[in-house]
Order: sequence, then C-alpha cells, then structure tokens
Amino acid sequence: MKARSIRIGLMVTAVTAGLVSFWPGATADDEAAVLNATDAAVEAVMRKSFTNVTPEQWRSRVEQDEVQKLCSQYQNNPPSAEAQHILELSNRGFRYPASGKLLGDWRKGEKLASSGKGGHIGTIRPDPPGRKRGANCYACHTLSPSELSAGNLGPGLTGYGKLHGTSPDSIRRVYQKIYNAQAFYPCSQMPRFGHNEWLTPEEVADAVAFLLDPDSPVNQ
Amino acid sequence: MCFRNTVGFFIAIVIGLYFPGGGLAQDTMDEIIRYREMLKEANPAELLELEGEELWVTPRGPKNATLEQCDLGLGPGVLRGAYVQLPRYFADTGKVQDAESRIVTCITELQGLSLDEATRDWYKPGSENEALVTYVATQSRGEKIHVPATHPREAELYGIGEALFFRRAGPLDFACSTCHGLDDRRIRLQELPNLSTRQGAQASMSQWPAYRVSQGVVWTMQRRLIDCIRQMRWPEPEFLSEAVIALEIYMQNKASGVVSEAPGIKR
Repeated sequence: MKARSIRIGLMVTAVTAGLVSFWPGATADDEAAVLNATDAAVEAVMRKSFTNVTPEQWRSRVEQDEVQKLCSQYQNNPPSAEAQHILELSNRGFRYPASGKLLGDWRKGEKLASSGKGGHIGTIRPDPPGRKRGANCYACHTLSPSELSAGNLGPGLTGYGKLHGTSPDSIRRVYQKIYNAQAFYPCSQMPRFGHNEWLTPEEVADAVAFLLDPDSPVNQ
Repeated sequence: MCFRNTVGFFIAIVIGLYFPGGGLAQDTMDEIIRYREMLKEANPAELLELEGEELWVTPRGPKNATLEQCDLGLGPGVLRGAYVQLPRYFADTGKVQDAESRIVTCITELQGLSLDEATRDWYKPGSENEALVTYVATQSRGEKIHVPATHPREAELYGIGEALFFRRAGPLDFACSTCHGLDDRRIRLQELPNLSTRQGAQASMSQWPAYRVSQGVVWTMQRRLIDCIRQMRWPEPEFLSEAVIALEIYMQNKASGVVSEAPGIKR
C-alpha cells in the first residue's frame, strides 16, 4: 500500500461528487484537494483518540495554528508562496525582556540548554505543576566542546559566538531566531521557544548569552 | 516476577557502568551494541512471554474460558504469523485492530471480562496486556511483517497515519517526523530510526514489542507510541485509540517484508 492508493480513493470520491476530475501525478492543486480531504478525517480521529483533555490543553497542545498546518501539509517543504506567508506570519509579535537586555546570563542559558525537563501532561508520567521547563538544546545541537552527549538533529553550534560576535545586530538576530526560528527558515524543525511561550523573554536572552557571550563555554 | 525485577536491577547496574556521565560517544555506542548482542542470549522478555502464555491458556472470567480460541486475524486459535499481519480490519468489530486491541476484544468476548478489567493498569510494568502481546508476538518471530493495508478501512487509516506522522502541534511544534524523518540522527546519543523510509521502519518494527533496558520492562508498540506522544508534550492519546493504530498501520506497512525478531532489545 502506498500513499497513492488512498489518494486515488479520495480522488474517486471527489470525482463522484462531481467536483473535479483529475489523475495522480497532476498539479499542485490536485494534491491540496486530496490533503484537505484527509485533513478532516485526521481531525476526526484526533477528536476520538484524545479524550482526556481540557479545552485549554486542546487549544495549546492539539489544535494547530496556521503555520503548523502549512508545515504539516507540505511536510516542512512549503512552496515559495506559502514559505513567504510563513515568514510574514513569523516576523511579528516578538516580545523582549523588560530590561531591554537581549544578552542575558550564559550560566542560566547553559542550565536551560542541558535540561529536557518540564511540560509533560497526562496521567502516566506528568510533571508536577509549575516544574521549570528546559530548552534541551543539547538534544539537537553540539554546544560546549566538553559536552559530548549532544544530538545532531540541528546544526553544530560550537564556537557560534566566535563566528557571529556580539554586535547589537548579531544579538537581536540570535534572539529572534531562538524566539521564532521560522522567522528565518519557514518550517524549521526547531521549536518556536518564545512564540509558543515555552521560554520567557528573559530565558531566551539567557540562551542567547550561552551562544554568544565570549565567556560562555560554547566559545572556549 | 521477583526474578524479573532482579534481572532488571542487574541490567540497570550494568548500564550504569556503561554511562559514566557521558564518556566518549563512539565508545559508548560500541558498548551499547555489544551489550545488546550479549542480552540476545537471554532476553529478559522471555519471562514475560511465559507469563503471557500462562494467561493465554488459563480459564477465567464469567465465562471461565481461556484465550486459546482468540481470532487474531488468521482464524480462531491461529497464533503463528498473526502478530506480523496486524493491524488489520476485523469484520466482527468493524474496526482496524492491532494486537493490543484485538487481545482486549478476545478477553471481553471470550472470557466475559469488562473493558475496564481488560485494560486496567495497562501501562504498569509487567501488565497483563504487555505479557499477552509479548506472548502473541513471539509466536510470529521469524515470520515476515505483512500489512498490505488493502481493505478500504485499512487504507483509510494508513492515510490518516501518514498525515499524523507529519502533523506538527503543541508547544514545541513537534511531529513524529521531527525526530524520525531523517537518516542518521540522534537525540543526545540515542540513535533515531527514520520511520518514513522502508529501511528505517523495517529496522525498528522488526524489534517490537521490545525489552527496554533503561526501564527493565517490555513495552508494546502502543506503549512506545503513547510515550513518544507524551514526550512531544501533546496530551496522551487513549490506550487502543484509532490515532495510535493509524500510526502503527503506517509503520507496519512500510516495514512489510522484514522478518520479525520480536521481542527485541532497546535502550
């Protein structure tokens, strides 16, 4: 069974309904029509399968925003018009620390980078309420050369500050990237830490410092 | 039961020795591979398999019946090759079912126990469901996974599973594909199978249910997927729910053709 078979099945349905007639391997419009049909079915299954969920959890953890929908639909490879739209949606709504300091404390940033704790819900192994959330940067990136247990889902960032410096432009750019990576790369796999309020603006600034501060182990 | 805990404890100690706070990445990986090979000689999952067999052949419930006449898709009482052809559509329930949910159907129908009794504590170490699935899966060891998903309901659920695999949501924007959509990736030092490819799905699905060294217990695919989703910071889907079975049929279809080595050994 390949994905194509289900698509053919859905296409037949569409044809029967007298909507439009097309065949596999045709245009992008056909693909979109097919994916929309699947979309409704997917959401119905989600409703049936995730029942022990508060309305607030449904909104923040199950329901998709526009960017999530587009990235899912195009499997993180959006066509240029959609990519442009995602960039526009993502380049707004940045919040900054009240102090105005976008380069925070690298020691706090290092702690955030090392912790994958917090934010689990459900009945099997939920976190205690209010548990501090980590950013778990090491899950995906190499950072300090002395931490060998680093993942490779994202690019290596060892020496990042030596490369990019601490000019106001550089600091702002890195802040915004951690806040919402999709402001730079549409459908980036990286969580939108600030946009989704996983981290506070102050915590984003601490993560910026871990990357850019000349004293941070990342740059030794 | 006691013996299994002892084995788990022993393994925890051995693993502790292999992870002295990080160590050298490649050395650690080599050690894990060597350790897995060693464990294959005496997989602790075999103890759970025996427990599952005991449960299978012991009469109980209001109907005082065993599970020996359970139909897992190849006819009542046929175990060999059944697990590797699941999930599949069952006309009697009108549902696409995996091993976990079909066994629960057999318990409620043949033995007359309630759904609640059949699923209680399903996620606790050494649960009945895990023992029964381990027993059933082991009867298909050496058989090829074969899930063509040709029935219309199976095909529909496959399509939903594929869409779910790429569905990003939640406070970290994660989908299954975030971690399992690329080759040769790791979270920290943990290797991640690329489940969107035939090769990756085969390497992974041929091993489940699997003995999890870090937990000292056997996990079924339901348990594995529900925990993945929990770690994505989504809410937990219900045990036996369609979303989980949809993901399973997507992966089992991709894995078709590979010989099952269940129960496997995982981190």
